[in-house]
Amino acid sequence: MAEKIEHVFSGTQEQKQQLLDVIEKHREQPGGLMPVLHEAQNIYGYLPIEVQKLVAEGLHIPLSEVYGVATFYTQFSLTPKGTYKISVCLGTACYVKGADKILEALEKKLGIKSGECTKDGMFSIDSTRCVGACGLAPVMMVNEDVYGKMTVEQVDEIIDRYMRGEAGVQK
Amino acid sequence: MTIQELNQIQQEYAPLVEVRREIARQEEKVTPFQQYRKQVLVCGGTGCTSSGSKKVIEALEKSLEAHGLSDEIKVVKTGCFGLCALGPIMIVYPEGAFYSQMTPDHVERIVVEHLLHDDVVTEYLYSETVHEDGSILSLNETNFYKKQMRIVLRNCGVIDPEKIEEYIATGGYQALAKVLTTMSPDDVITEMLESGLRGRGGGGFPTGRKWAFAKASESEDKYVCCNADEGDPGAFMDRSILEGDPHSVIEAMAIAGYTIGAHQGYVYIRAEYPIAVERLQIAIDQAREKGLLGEHIFGTDFSFDLEIRLGAGAFVCGEETALMTSIEGHRGEPRPRPPFPAVKGLFGKPTVLNNVETYANVAQIILKGAKWFSSIGTERSKGTKVFALGGKIHNVGLVEVPMGTTLREIVEEIGGGVPNGKKFKAAQTGGPSGGCIPAEYIDTPIDYDNLLSIGSMMGSGGMIILDEDTCMVDISKFYLEFTVDESCGKCTPCRIGTRQLLEYLDKITKGKGTLEDLEKIKELANHMKTSSLCALGQTAANPVLSTMKYFMDEYREHIVDRHCEAGVCKAMVFYEIDPSLCKGCTLCARNCPVGAISGEVRSAHVIDREKCVKCGVCLDSCRFGAIIKH
Repeated sequence: MAEKIEHVFSGTQEQKQQLLDVIEKHREQPGGLMPVLHEAQNIYGYLPIEVQKLVAEGLHIPLSEVYGVATFYTQFSLTPKGTYKISVCLGTACYVKGADKILEALEKKLGIKSGECTKDGMFSIDSTRCVGACGLAPVMMVNEDVYGKMTVEQVDEIIDRYMRGEAGVQK
Repeated sequence: MTIQELNQIQQEYAPLVEVRREIARQEEKVTPFQQYRKQVLVCGGTGCTSSGSKKVIEALEKSLEAHGLSDEIKVVKTGCFGLCALGPIMIVYPEGAFYSQMTPDHVERIVVEHLLHDDVVTEYLYSETVHEDGSILSLNETNFYKKQMRIVLRNCGVIDPEKIEEYIATGGYQALAKVLTTMSPDDVITEMLESGLRGRGGGGFPTGRKWAFAKASESEDKYVCCNADEGDPGAFMDRSILEGDPHSVIEAMAIAGYTIGAHQGYVYIRAEYPIAVERLQIAIDQAREKGLLGEHIFGTDFSFDLEIRLGAGAFVCGEETALMTSIEGHRGEPRPRPPFPAVKGLFGKPTVLNNVETYANVAQIILKGAKWFSSIGTERSKGTKVFALGGKIHNVGLVEVPMGTTLREIVEEIGGGVPNGKKFKAAQTGGPSGGCIPAEYIDTPIDYDNLLSIGSMMGSGGMIILDEDTCMVDISKFYLEFTVDESCGKCTPCRIGTRQLLEYLDKITKGKGTLEDLEKIKELANHMKTSSLCALGQTAANPVLSTMKYFMDEYREHIVDRHCEAGVCKAMVFYEIDPSLCKGCTLCARNCPVGAISGEVRSAHVIDREKCVKCGVCLDSCRFGAIIKH
């Protein structure tokens, strides 16, 4: 199992400016907090407390409320994800076709649990609910690439390809 | 835009789209293409995109270019055809040749032989569409499509969802024009009431009544919302509609806006559906550009606009009050009802909230009339229902059938039965709020009321087929894990009740359950049903209760005999090597991750049950079938 790692916030001035622009755009919009958080996560890849503070100040919303919303929804992450973000679909269609075994094989292969990120920051694993590709169950995604009709044997092979840098585009 | 301009666009583009409809082919009144010799439709839905349709389109366009065919052959990226299991799917018109499981490597041959020399590549066709004598059958004659009736999905897999002209070509926005120029809001409500349309999100509340309530509420500001937060895992109807025919939802929302007196609408959609979000945004922009959204639509006093709001992965936001709280920018927690949204909804104003599939019916009802719509279906459930057919079934995909179709027709005829010669055990409908329909009820005509009476529910339309390898206790546990994860935590019966239910089920699947637990489950489920704040908690116990109702033997077997017939519950499984079949090849011993297998080369091996972690690697690796799973 990977050790817990401390994440040091390393946002750039450019990212901050982008975020401030986004906040400006949504300031007058009713219920603008969610769209701002979505865009903030696109800018930074996750929502560290530093970013939440900027959002709270910008929208004149208490930080506690921003934090409350950021932690309520599973799409928002307070910790960074891997360069290769692996999502295993655990929707019903995938589950009855053995998606849990795919997840298990991945966890074993990478030595981390679902929801964690490898120490080198390369891979993170998440389980998701239904990506809607039920015809291809069981399904796994690495960033935007979809792998359908997965078998446990393919897990090794696919991850190795990413490790060797033969698959996927680095973010 | 004026109505005359709308009619002009329709007339201009109709021949282009009409030829893609199977019906045109059957009646042999194929209108000649204006400028294209052939049209190639490639599915760009999520299912086919995942199996690589983007690359197929790229290869196709490149090859057409290379052969100088780009001007005579039109490539159309459509929404879902429904038969996702065979993706990526490509259809060539006017022949109606249905190519399945395309890869970029197949493309060149199709371009050269079929598109250039008019010689269909039979080898790549979906086998069911090839007649014995080699001629091509219409898609409508295949088992998958024969029993279907496409009202909601009428344009999916036919039009290019990113071109508003193609939607208009099929009669799009004519219903809005009719409503705005010839009908009063009360006329619309009467029409909706008479049609008998009920909410397709799961509850089945009559749409006309919902609209009437919202219209009756006095307020300057009102809202129209669309629930596209399709949370039931295994359901993808709404996504496919938005990907394949987004304008049908926009048009219906504008009609709803006119009816209740709202000028602003919101579509709340899952962020997990990037393709649907993108297409819907394109559609909204195009509708605005044409003046079909915005100020003074068709030159009338009616103004209406739409905005997309993204969800962020919370199942509870499919509940109407939670959804509105989320649009307002808060944690998506439900509120007590009453007041109902029709009185006090989004931002405290009267609001109509319908699901995507419900909206997709509206324009057709306005155009073809309530009588036509109510002639389809059963006595109390009118029209059709779209199901996302998944799990242990041949033809995984999207099907639309008239209400009252039996489960047997869906599973055996449309779905092509259970694969690998396994036996049909049950169908799960309604997702985490629903239940199972066991094999003995396979002839039940499916509608809202019949499903409720047998302890399941229509739900939004996810239908997962389970075979004999599925353990019913494990499936209930799966759903409870889901609701525990997704319970928002606001009310105690749901927050604590779901957790407690899961613990009972966990105990049972680990072989530590007692018969008393079953009684406690029932009692707890009752409390949750009566005292939870929203439908998520009220229905969370349904998967357990319905499996207990029909598969009590299985629960008892887990508890009394410590046995899981399906071999799913690991704690009750053990592996053994049949000494008469074992060749002593040592492969299993080398593959075993915990070194639980021992034995000499070329003599029978043994598994140490104490060490075994029941991972099943030995079973998968043995080439002689000597490993037995008990």
